[in-house]
Amino acid sequence: MSAGPYVLRVNGNDHEVPDAHLGESLLWVLRERLGLPGSKNACEEGECGSCSVQVDGELVCSCLVLAAAAVGREVTTIEGLAPDGELADVQRAFVEAGAVQCGFCTPGLLMAVDTLLDDLPDGGDPDDLIVREAISGNLCRCTGYGRILEAVSIAADLRRGNRT
Amino acid sequence: MTIARTLEDACTALAEHPDALLLAGGTDLMVGINRGQVGFDHVVVIDRVDELRGWRREGDELVLGAGLTYSEMGRGELPVLLPALAQAARTVGSPQIRNAGTLGGNLATSSPAGDTLPVLAALDATVVLRSSHGTRQLALDRFVTGVKQNALEPEELIEAVRVPVLDGPQEFLKVGTRNAMVISVASLALVVDRAGRSVRVGLGSVAPVPVRAIEAEAFVDGAIDWDTGSLPDAAVDRFSGLVAEAARPIDDQRGTAAYRSHAIGVLARRALRRAFSESAP
Repeated sequence: MSAGPYVLRVNGNDHEVPDAHLGESLLWVLRERLGLPGSKNACEEGECGSCSVQVDGELVCSCLVLAAAAVGREVTTIEGLAPDGELADVQRAFVEAGAVQCGFCTPGLLMAVDTLLDDLPDGGDPDDLIVREAISGNLCRCTGYGRILEAVSIAADLRRGNRT
Repeated sequence: MTIARTLEDACTALAEHPDALLLAGGTDLMVGINRGQVGFDHVVVIDRVDELRGWRREGDELVLGAGLTYSEMGRGELPVLLPALAQAARTVGSPQIRNAGTLGGNLATSSPAGDTLPVLAALDATVVLRSSHGTRQLALDRFVTGVKQNALEPEELIEAVRVPVLDGPQEFLKVGTRNAMVISVASLALVVDRAGRSVRVGLGSVAPVPVRAIEAEAFVDGAIDWDTGSLPDAAVDRFSGLVAEAARPIDDQRGTAAYRSHAIGVLARRALRRAFSESAP
């Protein structure tokens, strides 16, 4: 069943979606119709977090969002974190800490960490429990998470301007 | 597809399309849609209906909108007013799931493992249903009728849930294979009503529907020294046994019936001890 043409606002730009079916998830439309393959598709049931995006500033699994129901929302994907080609603070932190191995979980984790840092009170330092809870919906099967936790700490310093 | 902006919009769309899917957070429904297991002709999207969002206080009652998300259950005043609900919400899925999933969705799915359901059972919650024909209210045990079965009529949606504000401690405890992203193997909510001198216990994942441990409640109400807020160890043991007897668990992929009976007794003991201290000898 067709969802009719509709417009999604992604990373600050309006994108027309002309021929979508009604049942398509936001993840599917981002990857297959809008040419934004940074959000990864793995479980399609909200378990792995590799498709994480921000919708109106809130972290969600894009596989669990009906694309046509996201009309009028502000969607931010991994492609929107560093629109000018410079690495965002969270991306720099992951590189510095060596927190990327196969890389499949990385876009989702970056969105989760970016949301965590956005939501922290000014100058707040995320304690270990808060960080672990914030990334509990993002599975990484390579790193064992040690370097990811280190990356979050670096990213928090970068965001607060305690490190350049 | 209809993106409803008001409750009336949603009810009108449902009246026109009684078989439509109602979509709120999508955390259950989209799993089935992604797998091609859910057929549909029309979708009514209700996540932008203001009347379904948030919560309000009406005297000694709270009216929780069906669109209240798990994240919202843990914010602001709600963890003080409804600690057991906030605790239950925190055990749901991940931040991603808690940002999207809703109280109304948990009720409508009516899974035996629905994490808010034992809390609502313990609180004697009332479910407010709405359609273009009007509203009706059902007690939780009239609403959830079986495994993933409930009393919703085709043209109805869940508008809100009414629960009392109680003076007394509340606990929610859940057993699963790990802390995050876990479907419960057994769960228990215990709420205390000091004014009414009563303890109420709701059990999850140990029966087809959320159940109350009525005999255990009646026993412990009489065993507590309400003036000091204490009770003896022997009473805790007896309570734990009676709660386990109220469970009607089955074997499934997440656990055995025997394990669930054991676990629910342990949770009962732990919750009661957190709420009441040991009597002085």
